[in-house]
Amino acid sequence: MKRDNQHLPPLAAWQHKDIGSAVATGAADAVLSAQRVEKTYRNGTRALDEVKLDIQRGEFVSLLGPSGCGKSTLLKMFAGLEEPSHGHIRWWGKNLATVGAEGHTLAMVFQEATLMPWASVEQNVRLPLELNRMPRTESNLRVRDALQLVGLEKFQHAYPRELSGGMQMRASIARALATRPNLLLMDEPFGALDEFTRNKLDADLRRIWSQQDLTVVFVTHSIYEAVYLSSRVVVMAARPGRVIADVPIEAPGAGGMRDDAFRITPEFMGYCKILSDYLTLANQEGGVHDTVDH
Amino acid sequence: MTPLITNPRFLRVAAPLLIGVLLLLVWQMLCTVLEVPAYLVPTPWLIAKTLVGDWGLLSDALLVTLKITFLAFALSVLLGVAIAFLFVQSRFIEVSLFPYAIILQVTPIVAIAPLIIIWVKEPTFALVICATIMALFPIISNTTLGLRSVNPGLLNLFKLNKASRWQTLRRLRIPSALPYFFGGLRISSGLALIGAVVAEFVAGTGGTGSGLAYQILQAGFQLNIPRLFAALFLITMTGIVLFLAMMVLSRMALAGWHESEQG
Repeated sequence: MKRDNQHLPPLAAWQHKDIGSAVATGAADAVLSAQRVEKTYRNGTRALDEVKLDIQRGEFVSLLGPSGCGKSTLLKMFAGLEEPSHGHIRWWGKNLATVGAEGHTLAMVFQEATLMPWASVEQNVRLPLELNRMPRTESNLRVRDALQLVGLEKFQHAYPRELSGGMQMRASIARALATRPNLLLMDEPFGALDEFTRNKLDADLRRIWSQQDLTVVFVTHSIYEAVYLSSRVVVMAARPGRVIADVPIEAPGAGGMRDDAFRITPEFMGYCKILSDYLTLANQEGGVHDTVDH
Repeated sequence: MTPLITNPRFLRVAAPLLIGVLLLLVWQMLCTVLEVPAYLVPTPWLIAKTLVGDWGLLSDALLVTLKITFLAFALSVLLGVAIAFLFVQSRFIEVSLFPYAIILQVTPIVAIAPLIIIWVKEPTFALVICATIMALFPIISNTTLGLRSVNPGLLNLFKLNKASRWQTLRRLRIPSALPYFFGGLRISSGLALIGAVVAEFVAGTGGTGSGLAYQILQAGFQLNIPRLFAALFLITMTGIVLFLAMMVLSRMALAGWHESEQG
């Protein structure tokens, strides 16, 4: 079977990498490396088909695709919450079991805030540290820092139900950041929020990423969010779930801050157009792939 | 000035009380006007007088019933929670044992009480066993359900942080189960009382013969209907107090966070 990316239109104006090209930068020192990962469910559904993906230290990679393309499944595998049916995943070149011992940590932010309703914001943020038996003095420091990063320091004693959806998400991100992760996995974290709150959180996330030594893998189905946040967007198609394009976002502020003005630049729009074309492609099942207009 | 009338908390106490007082007045009036004999339907006033007059007898009986109820309730909470913890350890244990918990629940206690009373020499203990069988099931089923009703996202979070079985149980499963557990307590407290009374009835004069149910039986035989009503009143009050106590307990434990105790 031919791979779909061979049908992709020439995108001369925008450099983009084909799938697999990231391997050239070296899978060996990749933070995260998926090698021919497949997932077939017991009922025969192919959720993922031969996904190859390397993510380097310091990248902000978005997995973009329609629902059912297996992007959340792939992220769960990255978190070690699901096993691939075939192929394998490496974290810093190792198995997940040995990762913690070498001082590398990963954290995950889920679609919902998933806070413990019986615990205050501060207790929620402290939870992963307590599970790892961190001494109280150290965890106090980390909890304070994490809450400050997400702007929740005034709400540390509040209970989740007293917070808005956006603030609950901030607490959830703080909980992930408190572990000082090297790799942060985020599964459509802002999907349920209104656009204004979402843009605000996107901006804060981008700032936090640029200030820390942090590699982020971010699942989303929003093109705008993917372009705004990422240093690289991996486009996925459904049935079976697979990677069809790998687009670096080499736009202003690629290594650092992006403000709201970025959202109305021609570069931003250009990238959105490219990704939108790929998604259109992704949504076409079976045949006709070669008529994409620019 | 109407703020007190519109205050929902005041209303929640005042409205049922008002209905109660009205009903008692109607009852008193009907009995007096129609000259209903006391051995058929005694007036509320006569019942109150009997309650005071026979207090020595009735309070002793109340203490016996209370003792059985509390022992059975405590025993079913301990046993029920232990069994629920056992059930959530593995599906295999739950699947193999749960049908027996259901058998325990569906077999009418009146039907097996005579057996238990014959088998167990010590009468108080026999009654406690009967009442425990009655009160046990809601604790088992609710606590098991609660321990299993854990937010899957939170469970993933614990897994991601390599939480031990014990950490997951203590930090996640037990707090998640609390609202269900308290729901079970509420049902079970009432059942413990019912179980105690039913068992006393079955034991009849064969038992120690001093609980409230025994007083009701005796009063029935002697056509001492006012005393029968007084004993009945004490049983009902015990049930209400138990229910309220469980409500307060649940509120104290969950008020900070659970939806069922808001507002």
